[in-house]
Amino acid sequence: MALAKDYASVMGRSNDIMKEALGLDYSEFESGSVAFDYEALMKSTGYTLEEINKIQSRTAVGNTPLIELRNLSALSRKYAKPGYGARIFAKDEAANASGSFKARRAACAVAHAKKLGYKGVIAATSGNYGAAVASQAAMQGLKCIVVQECFDSNGVGQPEIVEKARACEAYGAEVIQLTVGPELFYTFLSVLEDTGYFNASLYSPFGIAGIETLGYEIAMQCRELLGKDPEMVVCTNAGGGMITGTARGLIKAGATNTQMVAASINLTGLHMASDVQFNKKSCTTGHTGFGVPYATDPDHSDVPRSAARPLRYMDRYVTVTQGEVMYMTEALANLEGLERGPAGNTALAAAFSLAQELPEDAVIVISETEYTGAGKHVQPQMSFARENGIDIHFGNPAEEDKPGVNVILPKDPGCIKYKEADIDHFRASLIKKAVKAHCPDVAKLTDADLNFLAEETKKDVAFVKEVLKTL
Amino acid sequence: MVKKGEWVRIHSIVLKADERTAKLPDDTQKCDLEMWTKGFLQEDAEIGDQVTVVTAVGRKETGKLIEVNPYWKHSYGTFVPELVQIDRQLREIMFGGDQ
Repeated sequence: MALAKDYASVMGRSNDIMKEALGLDYSEFESGSVAFDYEALMKSTGYTLEEINKIQSRTAVGNTPLIELRNLSALSRKYAKPGYGARIFAKDEAANASGSFKARRAACAVAHAKKLGYKGVIAATSGNYGAAVASQAAMQGLKCIVVQECFDSNGVGQPEIVEKARACEAYGAEVIQLTVGPELFYTFLSVLEDTGYFNASLYSPFGIAGIETLGYEIAMQCRELLGKDPEMVVCTNAGGGMITGTARGLIKAGATNTQMVAASINLTGLHMASDVQFNKKSCTTGHTGFGVPYATDPDHSDVPRSAARPLRYMDRYVTVTQGEVMYMTEALANLEGLERGPAGNTALAAAFSLAQELPEDAVIVISETEYTGAGKHVQPQMSFARENGIDIHFGNPAEEDKPGVNVILPKDPGCIKYKEADIDHFRASLIKKAVKAHCPDVAKLTDADLNFLAEETKKDVAFVKEVLKTL
Repeated sequence: MVKKGEWVRIHSIVLKADERTAKLPDDTQKCDLEMWTKGFLQEDAEIGDQVTVVTAVGRKETGKLIEVNPYWKHSYGTFVPELVQIDRQLREIMFGGDQ
């Protein structure tokens, strides 16, 4: 008998569909309370760093160049006190097959799907990950479906997302496009159930393990080139996978003193599920609309437990503005001769400003660049913003920036200034959400739960207890 | 008439506005959840007809026929004068303009 495919029926079968589509039973990692065994989940991939490296070298992924941005470093020094202004390096992830670091996640997920005998893979993503999965599926001989949130209710597509759909089709994938709304998950589940394909989730342990090579390469390249580990690595932050995987890779390389900074574009005030505001954003990823909810509640993704847990690895969280990222993207092309997509440059805008606080011999690495193309470029993004009534002008982003209303281009590079976010506030928020979801009666929390929450927030049990007092 | 076997784009309503149960902002709550995909048309039809297609992965999907031989129309956008000014400013600061 055919299964009922209405919303309630499909959502009700969510757990079973997921189990089938991941080849992994998450219940074996659960304690029944707040804590779950994160490291066991990560080990469940069964792949070592070397094996992942092998998979990636077969699939045109990894070993990307580490490029010193000499002119941008020199420009940054002009706004620093004497003797300050760190050397800025970029990991040129645009060199991966499909043009972004997402190929690292996709290579492992697709290889794993193939090993388990799945005929195809599905990913729910409006970002570079779609093209990455489609590219890897093409290379490894699997079918691929990408489900994306792309249009507003007038059928107007965000140019950056439309370009990503085009890329997926170029790699032979089917692209299912939807209007705005979280019920994308229903369509996603329904197609997973009908096809029996593998859920190549961004948040599976296979995907996150794939990013560890990025951190490992950064450490090795810095040691070879500079004789030391980088003082700071800045990661553009959305779903949290980039900083999680990169930090884990650095740790595996023994680079334990590198400060990990997450950077997102500040889109405070814009609702991510708003039809009207959907096309008022001039960037579609790397912003606080994903960055903050995923950091404080990593498990609200498309898997039961996310392998991306950014607050475990983050030392600082900073924000920049849309205008600053657009400006830096133009600067990267004009002063370094590297034309790259804007989304990857969130970390660069932050690094340009962070560098001014570090001495000249310090090293900052931004962990990615991404490919650029029609739609995914400063010019179409800014002309689209203008068509949508966004006011674009030169000014001081720190004073005038209003997401959804304007894009303030820095009137000079001295106006590019990151803002420090209150990371302890996010940590407290994570603790509260985890307790509310898994063990609302605080008195029943176990020592294992407290230790887990301390690890989840890169703090100690005393911090966790202080937060719990406020509940 | 659109011939069977042509590559087409179809549109459907996944959830009507009043069927949407997720926590949504008011503006989105008023909209249907809509879906588009592409595939080979399975029978001769007219634009606007309900049709079945076989997609790139071989999946059958039904919806309203809206486009034949669909192609991408996104671009590098129209001229943004600020970009030229940024370029000039950066070169001026770094290399002293034309000097």
